[in-house]
Amino acid sequence: MTTSQVAVPRTSWAEPERVIVPRKHRVRPARVILHVFLMLTAIVWLVPLLWAVYTSLRSYADTSTHGYLSIAHALTFQNFSNAWSQSGLPLYFWNSLLITVPAVLLTLVFSSFVAFFVARFDFRINLALLMLFTAGNLLPPQVIITPLYRLYLLIPLPDFMNPGADVLYDSYWGVIAIHVAFQAGFCTFVFSNYMRTIPKEITEAALVDGASVWRQFWQIVLPLCRPAFAALATLESIWIYNDFFWALVLFSTGSKRPITSALANLQGQYFTNQNLIAAGALMTAIPTLIVYLLLQRQFISGLTLGANKG
Amino acid sequence: MTPTTLDVPATRRGGRKPSRRVRRLSRRDKLVLALMVGIPTLAHVVFVWVPTVASLLLSFTSWNGIGVNIHWVGLKNYTSLFTNFPAFWPALSHNFIWLGFFLVIPTPFGMFLAYQLNKQIRFTRFYQTAIFLPMVISLAVVGFIWEIIYNPDTGLLNSLFGTNKPGSYIDWLGNPHLNLWAVLIAASWRHAAYIMVLYLAGLKGMDPALAEAASIDGANEWQTFIRVIFPAMKPINIIIAVVTIIESLRAFDLVYVMGGNNGAKPGLELLSLLITNSIVGESPRIGFGSAIAVVLLVISLVVIIPYLVQTFRKERVR
Repeated sequence: MTTSQVAVPRTSWAEPERVIVPRKHRVRPARVILHVFLMLTAIVWLVPLLWAVYTSLRSYADTSTHGYLSIAHALTFQNFSNAWSQSGLPLYFWNSLLITVPAVLLTLVFSSFVAFFVARFDFRINLALLMLFTAGNLLPPQVIITPLYRLYLLIPLPDFMNPGADVLYDSYWGVIAIHVAFQAGFCTFVFSNYMRTIPKEITEAALVDGASVWRQFWQIVLPLCRPAFAALATLESIWIYNDFFWALVLFSTGSKRPITSALANLQGQYFTNQNLIAAGALMTAIPTLIVYLLLQRQFISGLTLGANKG
Repeated sequence: MTPTTLDVPATRRGGRKPSRRVRRLSRRDKLVLALMVGIPTLAHVVFVWVPTVASLLLSFTSWNGIGVNIHWVGLKNYTSLFTNFPAFWPALSHNFIWLGFFLVIPTPFGMFLAYQLNKQIRFTRFYQTAIFLPMVISLAVVGFIWEIIYNPDTGLLNSLFGTNKPGSYIDWLGNPHLNLWAVLIAASWRHAAYIMVLYLAGLKGMDPALAEAASIDGANEWQTFIRVIFPAMKPINIIIAVVTIIESLRAFDLVYVMGGNNGAKPGLELLSLLITNSIVGESPRIGFGSAIAVVLLVISLVVIIPYLVQTFRKERVR
């Protein structure tokens, strides 16, 4: 078999449903059972989220007198506005943005560079390099956290980059760096699978015409990789925004943390009841839910591009 | 595939001259390539692989994190970990319970859902979107959402069961015999969604003629799945196994949040939590924490190495 079954975003996940013309108009019992089963599963899957939404929309007074499992007497966005203003959520969202945007961009740049090298040239170290990146992406982060934490305390940073601390620890730079280094593993793997599907003849023709390596990359390979970029940008934005562990360990100043990690501190301190916790947790999830609902196809193909490698 | 003339030298590499294509690179091209590969590789090695090796080395030392007061202690960290640290064996067994639970419940269920959703049915997009939602939400938020459900006083479960009154409390997250399972339910909510989407992508890439041929031959649905589809999906099955195992070893965020935002609670010890606990705080035990990290690393490598061999074997003979 010579067709490499790789990296083609062939999930028809978000495609419009195909119109099915039933041969017989008889309702088949198996289909009905299947729909009942799938509908029940979907509902069961939505219950935890809906329960959080319901809790967040009720006033504390309402739930404390009637209990949480009761019909709401009034629905209000008060918990959301309280959570937003009292706990300084805007600051934490801003921190998330400060980390996520540069980390995603750098990850994509770095991994597309390495993938281009690995996928389009036949140097002897290519396979070793690709294995190094792929293996790195599979390590549990906790395996490296102890030395990484010590390393961050040793690497100096100029004062303007991390006022007051002078080291990589407790700085945005440090958290961005580990995101880039760690996520580059997965993205390199996906990009190199994708770039291998581009026929060699295309870049070879350019080479014969005297195009430099950089022009091959920039003007030929990159434009062809747009779908992979879109997919990985979506997926990595959500993953890096959702990170809890790196920011928890590598920041000591609470006000520097991104929203996902800050949530743990806010609970108890500001979010003193279930209604506020639900509102805070949902607000944290809202950006990812919006991205997912808008860019569902990209998100899914990003996730499955890596898996479709035969 | 018709090999192009340019491809030929490259495919027979065994210690010969580099391919013609490589030789054609100008000095400037080589410099550009070296920078394109060198900088990212340096970053990856410094931040990921140097700490991995350092974990291994530090695990043979004793260091409280102050100055360069590092002493070589041989296997002492490991012997005290195995014999003298009460949280270790529970943590190790919880990691394996986690893995076992994942392999038995959410993984097959996710595959089953994918198989059903791959039949051409109406509303499949709604079902997929709903079931996949937990995968988009961060594990920390998943933890908060389930805390609201498990809360002894106000949670959905105890309210439904009527066990939210003094005397009849079920403390889902506090009771050390219950809390791991409660957390595993929340983790499965997300993991089944993940597996569903991976498997569905695999099924969509499969030739439908395979299953049709089997059903024409008189195989029922179960036989078709077990004898035809499952073996044909081998690459995806391997990915799913790897994802499931790695996720079980990485488990941290959910337990951290549901365990009350600090270290390991009784019943919820995991290797990842023990490692993190031993590096922060008043008296960090860096060598000791590294020894736990090495245990986690060794278990991970049992999965990572066969996966790499399997994935890249084809390329070596290419």
